[in-house]
Amino acid sequence: MATQLADQQAQTTNAPEAVVVRFAGDSGDGMQLTGGQFTLSTALAGNDLATFPDFPAEIRAPQGTLFGVSAFQINFGSTEIDTAGDAPDVLVAMNPAALKTNVGALKPGGLIIADTGEFNKRNLEKAKYDVNPLEDGSLAKWQVLAFDISALTLESVKPFGLGNKEALRCKNMWTLGLALWMFDRDRAPLIDWLKGKFAKNQVLADANIAALNAGHAYGETAELGGQIKKIHLDPVASPPGLYRTVTGADAIALGLVAGAQLAELPMFFGGYPITPASSILHSLVRLKEFGVTTFQAEDEIAAICAAIGASYAGQLGVTSSSGPGIALKGEAMGLAVMTELPLVIVNSQRGGPSTGLPTKTEQSDLYQAVYGRNGDAPIPVIAARSPSDAFDCAIEACRIAVQYMTPVILLTDGYIANAAEPWKVPDPATFTPFPVQFLTEKNGGDTLLPYKRDEKGARPWIKAGTPGLMHRIGGIEKAVDTGHLDYSPANHQAQTDARKAKVDGIAKGIPAQEVTLGTEGGKLAVVGWGSTYGPIHQAVRRARTKGLDVSHVHVRHVWPLPEYLGDLLKGYERVLVPEMNTGQFKTVLRDQYLVDAKPLTKTSGQPFTIAEIEAAIEGALS
Amino acid sequence: MNDMTPIAKVQTTLKDWETDQEVRWCPGCGDYAILKAVQRTLPEIGADPSKTVFVSGIGCSSRFPYYVESYGFHTIHGRAPAFATGIKLANPELDIWLVTGDGDGMSIGGNHTMHVLRRNLNCQIMLFNNEIYGLTKGQYSPTSRQGTNSPTTPLGSVDRPASPCAFALGAGARFIARGFDVSKELPNVLKAAHAHRGAAFIEIFQNCIVYNKDRFEEFAAPKGAEDRQLWLKNGEPMLFGKGTKGIALDAEALTLKVVDVTDGDWQAAGVIVHDVTNRSIAHMLVEMPFGPFPMALGVLYDDPRPTFEDAVLGQDHQAREGKVADLGKLLAKGQTWTVDDREGHPA
Repeated sequence: MATQLADQQAQTTNAPEAVVVRFAGDSGDGMQLTGGQFTLSTALAGNDLATFPDFPAEIRAPQGTLFGVSAFQINFGSTEIDTAGDAPDVLVAMNPAALKTNVGALKPGGLIIADTGEFNKRNLEKAKYDVNPLEDGSLAKWQVLAFDISALTLESVKPFGLGNKEALRCKNMWTLGLALWMFDRDRAPLIDWLKGKFAKNQVLADANIAALNAGHAYGETAELGGQIKKIHLDPVASPPGLYRTVTGADAIALGLVAGAQLAELPMFFGGYPITPASSILHSLVRLKEFGVTTFQAEDEIAAICAAIGASYAGQLGVTSSSGPGIALKGEAMGLAVMTELPLVIVNSQRGGPSTGLPTKTEQSDLYQAVYGRNGDAPIPVIAARSPSDAFDCAIEACRIAVQYMTPVILLTDGYIANAAEPWKVPDPATFTPFPVQFLTEKNGGDTLLPYKRDEKGARPWIKAGTPGLMHRIGGIEKAVDTGHLDYSPANHQAQTDARKAKVDGIAKGIPAQEVTLGTEGGKLAVVGWGSTYGPIHQAVRRARTKGLDVSHVHVRHVWPLPEYLGDLLKGYERVLVPEMNTGQFKTVLRDQYLVDAKPLTKTSGQPFTIAEIEAAIEGALS
Repeated sequence: MNDMTPIAKVQTTLKDWETDQEVRWCPGCGDYAILKAVQRTLPEIGADPSKTVFVSGIGCSSRFPYYVESYGFHTIHGRAPAFATGIKLANPELDIWLVTGDGDGMSIGGNHTMHVLRRNLNCQIMLFNNEIYGLTKGQYSPTSRQGTNSPTTPLGSVDRPASPCAFALGAGARFIARGFDVSKELPNVLKAAHAHRGAAFIEIFQNCIVYNKDRFEEFAAPKGAEDRQLWLKNGEPMLFGKGTKGIALDAEALTLKVVDVTDGDWQAAGVIVHDVTNRSIAHMLVEMPFGPFPMALGVLYDDPRPTFEDAVLGQDHQAREGKVADLGKLLAKGQTWTVDDREGHPA
């Protein structure tokens, strides 16, 4: 691969542990599809992997432009992989714009595979190149393998009589074929997939398969100047079981379905299209047999209100959005707090404020989740750290919602939503059910007490329509026990306290905070939440290998915080909090524990690299 | 789905629909009369308190659910239709009465009003129109007439008022009716609305005794009412003024006109027979200006179409047919691989 890797190979005759490949091309070049299929083949080969799809907000940006470049990065290897990799070893650049926007990230000595067929005058101009970079020596610090993929593709699909445009569309499969050859992959699953995808168009299926085979054959037979070698990465040693790949969005949809089943409830999902949250709705509409009803509402507000209405009528109400949509839902969340109805709110965070960066990732809605409502409106907040973790977190959100009669916010982000990783398929028999008991009889002798609390502080769930239990609820302050309107000072004090105590008490039902990697106490704790898990984990692992006294503490329950977290953090001399925002969790930690947490912030729309966090660790310990 | 099964009728009296809550509207408010009309109607239609849900937004009218002994949900400003949608989809057996006002339903919640009508969720929507914001102390509302003096419009309001019934019809409503708070006919209008399967939109003119007193007196006052009120009845001629006047079609201008009826011969005068399924006439009736014309009251339009919940739940039902909800299979969907025991590597 990259020279380093090739050297390493020559020296040790061992394959590298991990390789990072980035496919980049025009939005219309099918890079996400190529990446997705390469991911699948990687997973089937048994490598561990993490992916990072990075695409523009525009659906079809003008061809050849710098802002229209769509990229897909995958890190795979024979060891545990937690991030999509800092710097690619291989960059596949389908046009000059893709080269220009991505080559900077490539490792020195890395390999560029470029399609010379697209490096024409027009595309060079669009990419703002005065001179063809493939010819002017400017790429000298990398290896360049440039050949006319366009022409080779056209040649390979010639027998199928496609038009020029359609024929060129097969370029991504040609490239994928070459990549499969490079990494010693089986083509059969992809051929099956193409047959399925183009089941209604035999010619397109055949052409794409021909292009895939041609790309593969090219690697096998062409003289590639010794630059490119076939690399075989051993499978990663994994616990036995059945595996598949999963994206965060898929995992959340599946986790919600599982959660509703464990609660023994039908699920009602109210949504409104927004990037990058829509894919959860797209998944759930196809799962109606699991008792799922979906509702595409007229706006974000109606989506959450309908979900609350469904909860009031005895279903598990769920809504989902991204930052701007969550902002709109704020008032309704307050109503769910006041009426103490279960509700799951999924926020797939993206760059903000306002419309911000719709397709890029950020963790900047933490304040909004923890604090962002009028009045004292505590809501538990859970943050998923990876695509597969999102499954468990979704179940956990459902559990807390129904057991504590509360809305719950589940934070994920654009990175987790779109990224894929291998997932050991869980056995539903191992899940702990939490069936809901609706109130069916009056709970106060002859009277009904809709706001009588149980030992957890939760009020009973009374399904509208239950015979004889008619009562009224709403957003006005409720009297203790009876739930009647009551503005009196003592009552508001009592109910505010009770709502807070209920949510605070959730901490008693979750595991106390543990060290994720490293030791209890020491010089430095790197504290993370959400999708920074991967880079923090790898950076801490590397730093510890170098002998540095650093530990990783990753927090899933962002609110209420788990028990023991405060004491744990006080055992370290320093606390560093990397976040893709300006330091929001850092503030929460300082506020809750008076610890001198230091922020490490990044708001570029890109996830942290391992190197960035490693450097910060070294800085903090120097 | 066959949701045409009638909900079992239950015997109740007016008293059964009264709650133990102290009613907190201003003395003399039109809301009292509407509450009584509703409490009188519910026993007559055989409503079951356990299966009845009153859903409201925010405002004076939206306090309504607290005073009806049924299920009640006092939600947030303008959003009652969205809550109602979730409730109905979760349990289509529930009979939903939506209570809203001109501010709640036409201003902040206009969007939801439009969509609940367009979708045709089976529910009754009572829009209490008092042409003013009451609970926030008298600001002009989207239905206030031009020139309305209010704390926010000391020089008189400049914007044109919205017409709730015209809005509803434009949004695709299949049932439009009008009534007013103290009218003896109001229970009949409510009954007709309840009998309609689908979203039934009822504009109820309501007297705000404090901020917009007697705003509707010009047609609601008992004295001279027969000249100023046109009570529409399906299959009957559109007569008013004790049968001396009627509404006819001006065929040339394609509009309505008031005609004199002599000796009761309304046919000769060309008076229209009200057909509640005639959408064109409904458009004319909702736009008919009071003043030159009487106020059109009663059921203006009633032509049912399939409901939203039937469509959604019917499709859900079809999608589920013959499928087993096997979570294990779902989780293992797609291309999978197995790691075996010995090597820890794919088999």
